[in-house]
Amino acid sequence: MASNCPTPPPCPTPAAQVLNREFLEMRCKILELAASLDRLGRGGGSVVDDPRFAKLREAIGLLVESREDRAEQVQLLFSRPYDDDWQRQFNMHAAH
Amino acid sequence: MYYIDPHIHMVSRTTDDYETLAKMGCVAMSEPAFWAGFDRGSVESFRDYFRQLTEFEPKRAAQFGIQHYTWLCINAKEAENVALSREVIAMIPEFLNRPGVLGIGEIGLNKNTRNEATIFMEHLDLAVKFDQQILIHTPHLEDKFQGTRMILDMLCDDSRIDRSRVLVDHVEEHTVRYVLEEGFWAGMTLYPISKCTPQRAADIVEIHGPERLLVNSAGDWGPSKPTAVPDFILEMRRRNHPESLIRKVVYENPLEFFRQSQGFRFVPRDQEESSPVP
Ligand SMILES: [Zn+2]
Repeated sequence: MASNCPTPPPCPTPAAQVLNREFLEMRCKILELAASLDRLGRGGGSVVDDPRFAKLREAIGLLVESREDRAEQVQLLFSRPYDDDWQRQFNMHAAH
Repeated sequence: MYYIDPHIHMVSRTTDDYETLAKMGCVAMSEPAFWAGFDRGSVESFRDYFRQLTEFEPKRAAQFGIQHYTWLCINAKEAENVALSREVIAMIPEFLNRPGVLGIGEIGLNKNTRNEATIFMEHLDLAVKFDQQILIHTPHLEDKFQGTRMILDMLCDDSRIDRSRVLVDHVEEHTVRYVLEEGFWAGMTLYPISKCTPQRAADIVEIHGPERLLVNSAGDWGPSKPTAVPDFILEMRRRNHPESLIRKVVYENPLEFFRQSQGFRFVPRDQEESSPVP
């Protein structure tokens, strides 16, 4: 079953084809986001000091950067940080 | 196309779901032990659950020609109760030689606490002691990155662990690389709200290649879709990826991983299904 030579990553779909297929869906997602932001603005009170709102603003900024790993960067933005010293902080030791 | 769902919680699903999955080409599935939605009160509750997983579910699946396999543990949420966890870990060996048991899982972290990490390491010990494969749950949302890195630290610190016999599940864009680079298997869970979509799973296959990558539905009692693997197959076809590539991810990869388990007695539908793709 296992072959010795690993299968290479497959060829991605050509950009023009992706745009044809996803244009309306992307437009819809942006529109939903715009309407959500309007809703936040229209509602009573303010969320500008809420750290989640700051994260959302930062994430929207990531989308317009020209890079290939936007999804990964958005994931990291919404992640708690990892500290490689955690085992010492937990007073745990490596088993074997 | 025949496929295998390597992570699905059928105790929470109806018999109608078994029928639907069979019609969609599901020939086998593996069901890790997990949280029931409430904390169980005693070790006896887990003993009954393990009986359900090893006795009742395989029979229900077999009615539709689906081969059902399972993994045993106390999940990360209930691992906060260290005393109960230790009782469950001590009881698990009663079940390890039962037909259809593939190993220890889904163990892991939930909120990345010290108790969870302690019980995770004790499960690793159990797996090593009984030469079992391991299936790992990684946390959701903001805890996933930190929790996955902590899990990899504990696995990589333990020289007794055979990495080719460990599956780290619920990987996403920001965690998949670490899992694959360390030599483990990685599972992508297609889940409506908190995890990955079929489209993003297809992206991850395009970026990282299909080696040691699996796709599952993790269908359970919450908002989830047991037919998520066929959704992934459809998305890959819409992108014109070859059938051989799709089949590798949804059928051959799970077979290759599960075949390392003593308890895996898979019978292919026909001889053609068991031969490698040229
Ligand atoms: Zn699960």
